[in-house]
Amino acid sequence: MPVLCSSCAEKRAVLKRPKTAHSLCKECFFWAFEEEVHQTIVSAQLFKHGETVGIGASGGKDSTVLAHVMKVLNERYNYGLKLLLLSVDEGITGYRDDSLETVKRNQQQYELPLKIVSYEELYGWTMDAIVKQVGLKNNCTFCGVFRRQALDRGAMMLKVDKICTGHNADDVAETVLMNVLRGDIARLRRCTAISTASEGEGVVPRCKPLKYAYEKEIVLYAYFKKLDYFSTECIYSPNAYRGHARTFLKDLEAVRPSAIMDVIHSGENLSVREGVKMPVQGTCGRCGYISSQALCKSCVLLEGLNRGLPRLGIGKHHRLHEKILSQQPLTQEEERKLKAVDF
Amino acid sequence: MCQVDEEYNGQLEHRVTPRVSKKCVKCKENTAVLIIRAGDAFCRGCFKEYFIHKFRAMLGKNRVIFPGEKVLLAVSGGPASSSMLSQVQEGLSRDAPKKLRFVPGIIYIDEGGASGQSMEERERAVAQLESVFRATNYHYHIVHLEQVLSLPSSVLEAGSSATEKPQTGSSYKAAVDQFIQTKKNQHPDFSVENAQSHLSSLSMQKVENGVTSPITPEHTQALQRLFASVRTLTAKEDLLYTLRQHLILHTARTQGYTKVMMGDSCSRLAIKLLSNISLGRGASLATDTGFSDPRYGDVVIVRPMRDYSSKEIAYYNRMFDIPSVFIPGLDTKAQDKASIQHLTESFVTKLQTDFPSTACFTAVAVLSHRGDCRIRISRRRNECYTEACTLKRD
Repeated sequence: MPVLCSSCAEKRAVLKRPKTAHSLCKECFFWAFEEEVHQTIVSAQLFKHGETVGIGASGGKDSTVLAHVMKVLNERYNYGLKLLLLSVDEGITGYRDDSLETVKRNQQQYELPLKIVSYEELYGWTMDAIVKQVGLKNNCTFCGVFRRQALDRGAMMLKVDKICTGHNADDVAETVLMNVLRGDIARLRRCTAISTASEGEGVVPRCKPLKYAYEKEIVLYAYFKKLDYFSTECIYSPNAYRGHARTFLKDLEAVRPSAIMDVIHSGENLSVREGVKMPVQGTCGRCGYISSQALCKSCVLLEGLNRGLPRLGIGKHHRLHEKILSQQPLTQEEERKLKAVDF
Repeated sequence: MCQVDEEYNGQLEHRVTPRVSKKCVKCKENTAVLIIRAGDAFCRGCFKEYFIHKFRAMLGKNRVIFPGEKVLLAVSGGPASSSMLSQVQEGLSRDAPKKLRFVPGIIYIDEGGASGQSMEERERAVAQLESVFRATNYHYHIVHLEQVLSLPSSVLEAGSSATEKPQTGSSYKAAVDQFIQTKKNQHPDFSVENAQSHLSSLSMQKVENGVTSPITPEHTQALQRLFASVRTLTAKEDLLYTLRQHLILHTARTQGYTKVMMGDSCSRLAIKLLSNISLGRGASLATDTGFSDPRYGDVVIVRPMRDYSSKEIAYYNRMFDIPSVFIPGLDTKAQDKASIQHLTESFVTKLQTDFPSTACFTAVAVLSHRGDCRIRISRRRNECYTEACTLKRD
């Protein structure tokens, strides 16, 4: 007795949905997945008619599925959006150069314009050079901070109204767990927001339409739709702190599949009392980007890299920001602390 | 090849291993006998002082226990709650002017019916614990979990606080001063210590000590049927926790206790915090793991063992012979992935070995301790604690 699809009850079921454990046929699964993303977009009012939206494309499964679903929903429901692909080249050999080829193929497949921004042209450093200086432990900080700014710079060059990224439910849940483990209250409040704040000049708001889509479902969708994507991990990722939260989350999902949504729900309901000191948004003294300190994080990191003091951005060094801004030399003691850790 | 060895022999560095045979960091005189936290070595005397001081400081800083109040100590027989019991004994027996001033009672909940123990095993555990309780001379209650099936539904409603709770610290001080004055005036010959034991002996005479009504096998079977109807171990543990809370609350209300002390250690609370997040209970994080839980209205739950890691408690119990009884629970000898709580427990303990400050102190301390003040929960959402039941699955 073949198992029938629990939605249409006509065709045979080809998969079991990780989120709800329903047995579904291909078309019903596609419809369910796309419909959920559509509901996410509509209920959070992510887009307005006639906006230009940049899709952060890395060539991986999340951004490929995002590009595909956005194109499908844009036509099906008449969002009236102008879509384009935005890609960032961090300069990691063996990983990023291959995935960029995938993005170029995506551009032809979906017929969307593509813009590639690279760390080399924006900052003068590639990730490989950064890792050589910093070591294997704190390099994800550099990559993440630089990429945010690179996306924004690229978006401004293309005159885009909004950026959307392919962060899925697993990513958001991992971030919640990671921030709990690190005790980072300020980030906890912001990390479950579906879109970032949108006021201020030089700030392009970012949103996550795939926020409630499980990673497993994204993989299933890409597989059954035969989408072209690049599926290797970043070569520097095994040493990241996020790995602990990720392992824990995967185990939780094995015990109870709805745990991922439960973690996101918990994160959304944690709110911080008024009157508590929270970082205030201002602008960077040097480059004018948004920042909660005197200097934005990427200026601090860059300064550290250029001076050969890679630990300048890691840890708390607020007092040094004024010194850097006014080009004063750092004392011997401070320099010693900021040099790379020798193994 | 041999030459390479000879060349490098003299230049090889030996890693300096940390040894326990260094001096205590506090008094710097005696040799240290243990290392806690991230490398603090203590000698025996200083460790005892540190341990006791933390307990008193916790109660003193938070100022929720007023003099003369009846406080129920929830003892499960495990190391943390046994340690809490001994700390309370220690605190109440001192002659120092800053000794604790409340009237303690003990409650032990026999959960053997839910975890499938035989009657003999349960009676044995109860007998062991009774001997411990009798040695303290405090009033104690031994309640079987089966009795939760016959509780009135009024236990689900939040009561209003019986007395006007003064909010500022100065009124606490005034209350303490007033208490000392009245004691002195009433019995000018007695010292405060005698007055304390007089009070506790009075309460002992009023109510019968010890075990509440005996249970029949039918009760046990009804309880087992209830637990068998719950399909996953996660939900069973959740149910057990809720039933236990209700029983403690009911006992506290009927016997006139206004505060309940739970023996949750820092490690236990870190596990609870992460499990609650995984279960979707982020909204009640501050009250579930914070120092005081005022959601029940007339009875406030406090957690004085909040700052102790399980390692410190284990060392203290061993060095100073604190009696504790091991009673197997629902998830004893279960696999790692059997339930969310068990999985979280193995995750946190592993994390604690690798990064000693992450699991325990960062997560719990920052989020709940500093976050007690920082994390606000809308009152409406949390007044009904049957909400805890509706959030259960399966």
